[in-house]
Amino acid sequence: MTPQVLVDGLMSGALIGLGAIGVTLTYSILRFANFAQGEFISFGAYATLLVASGISALIVGSDRGIGELSISPAVIAASFIAMALTAGLALALDKILFSRLRGKGAAISIVMASFGASMAIRAALEFAFTSRPAYFSRDLEIARPIGFGLKATPDQIALLAVAAALLIGVHLILTRTQIGRAMRAVSENPALARVAGVDVDATIRFTWAIGGALASASGVMLGLLVQIRPFMGFDLLLPLFAAAILGGIGSAPGAFAGALIIGLGEAITVQLVGSEWRAAFAFLVLIAVLIVRPTGLAGRPA
Amino acid sequence: MSGGTPLLVVDKLVAGYEPGLPIVNGASIDVAAGEIVAVLGPNGAGKSTLIKAIAGLVPISGGSVTFAGCDVTHSPAHRLIGAGLAFTPQTENVFASLSVADNLKLAAGVLPKTLRADRIAAAYETFPDLARQRSLTAGRLSGGQRQMLAIARALLVGPKALMLDEPSAGLSPKLVEMIFARLADICQSGVAIVLVEQNTRAALALADRAYILVHGRNRHEGPARALTSDPMVAALYLGGVETEGAP
Repeated sequence: MTPQVLVDGLMSGALIGLGAIGVTLTYSILRFANFAQGEFISFGAYATLLVASGISALIVGSDRGIGELSISPAVIAASFIAMALTAGLALALDKILFSRLRGKGAAISIVMASFGASMAIRAALEFAFTSRPAYFSRDLEIARPIGFGLKATPDQIALLAVAAALLIGVHLILTRTQIGRAMRAVSENPALARVAGVDVDATIRFTWAIGGALASASGVMLGLLVQIRPFMGFDLLLPLFAAAILGGIGSAPGAFAGALIIGLGEAITVQLVGSEWRAAFAFLVLIAVLIVRPTGLAGRPA
Repeated sequence: MSGGTPLLVVDKLVAGYEPGLPIVNGASIDVAAGEIVAVLGPNGAGKSTLIKAIAGLVPISGGSVTFAGCDVTHSPAHRLIGAGLAFTPQTENVFASLSVADNLKLAAGVLPKTLRADRIAAAYETFPDLARQRSLTAGRLSGGQRQMLAIARALLVGPKALMLDEPSAGLSPKLVEMIFARLADICQSGVAIVLVEQNTRAALALADRAYILVHGRNRHEGPARALTSDPMVAALYLGGVETEGAP
């Protein structure tokens, strides 16, 4: 095993973490496991790809990487637009699908509906973009030493910083702002939140928007580091849930910490056992957490 | 009837969680500013459901709720608090996972931004216990402190009326006395109070008037003093002792 697994593990942990924050927030506030979260990731990546190609067609040279990065101004601008579009997708899905099922009893019907939405979005992406992998850039990036015998590409370092910034931003929103307090209040006790003057519907909409936007960012990261495929988000679903549950449902920093553990664990598993066992690690963590500490690392007792 | 014009008028209210299964079935109450009204009755009489329905937490299928001259029968709960009608539930009446300060800041959200800090400071002044524990998670407060926080939260917006669901539940007699003394002060300041209680004797001692609900509708009503000395009420709800305990 080489120390290089640290870089790979942190990288995949960071992008799992961004997606897992959406899972943990929708789970704690809407009380259901949203299987379509993976498709928000794929949708965000494709939306960025589409918008970026539009921008680079309009503005000559905007598709060239910045400095030593392979990331172009077009992709950066497009990723912000895609975050808004993915937030819109999440809101639309809630409006036409989930909100109709909410409050009608069976939680399982909402979970199943999210599974259906997941398949529909994935199929639509596959129809529109084919299942052939796409790339933001064909530039080849060379990893360079960053000390401690580790190597990383400039892209990897930049994206880790972006992920950290997004995590800190979300954490500050949750802990320091009125909407963040409202989200925590609704997740603990929706009825009391209402009598305390919280507009629960508006809080739910904000939760979808934030979960969708972060998933989109995660998709762009994955697209930059690996490739863009219609199944890219779906394949991340298990690690997303493992990270959210390991971190403790409802805790954004917990989900991110859980994701880093999953990411590092997967990277080590690939090195020690073999890449076909990558997904098994997330499964094992999920099972172990559910048996040993169902409330997760940061979770409060139910 | 009360002295002033009623602030909150509930007329023949029908409400329940399931359609066709009303728990409150035609109950009517009213309360004026500066008045304390107790809603009493046996277990399952629909007392809690009545005030939850008024607060917008239980679907209403008949009758009406008028507050400060406006029909609020189907107003969503989060609008009512802004309009000045506050409610504290019996259990889980604070956000256990939020700090004391965040509980208050959350409640201050319905106020204009410029008022929020002042009102929170005023709440700490009124409840010094909470000021000392402001960074503590509310789940770690004692039962009495939780009840104080719940009341402080409800009062933060400067409500015209305050509805409380069994504020004495699970508290020692000494704490009940303290909470009830606080309620008397709050009422003195002109707030209308609706108090749902199992602790009939203590509630009658505090209240100006009382309603006794049975099977979701009014059975008795009148001045608290008269109800306390009513032999039938005493027999049913005060353990058969007629004279003891009345102020």
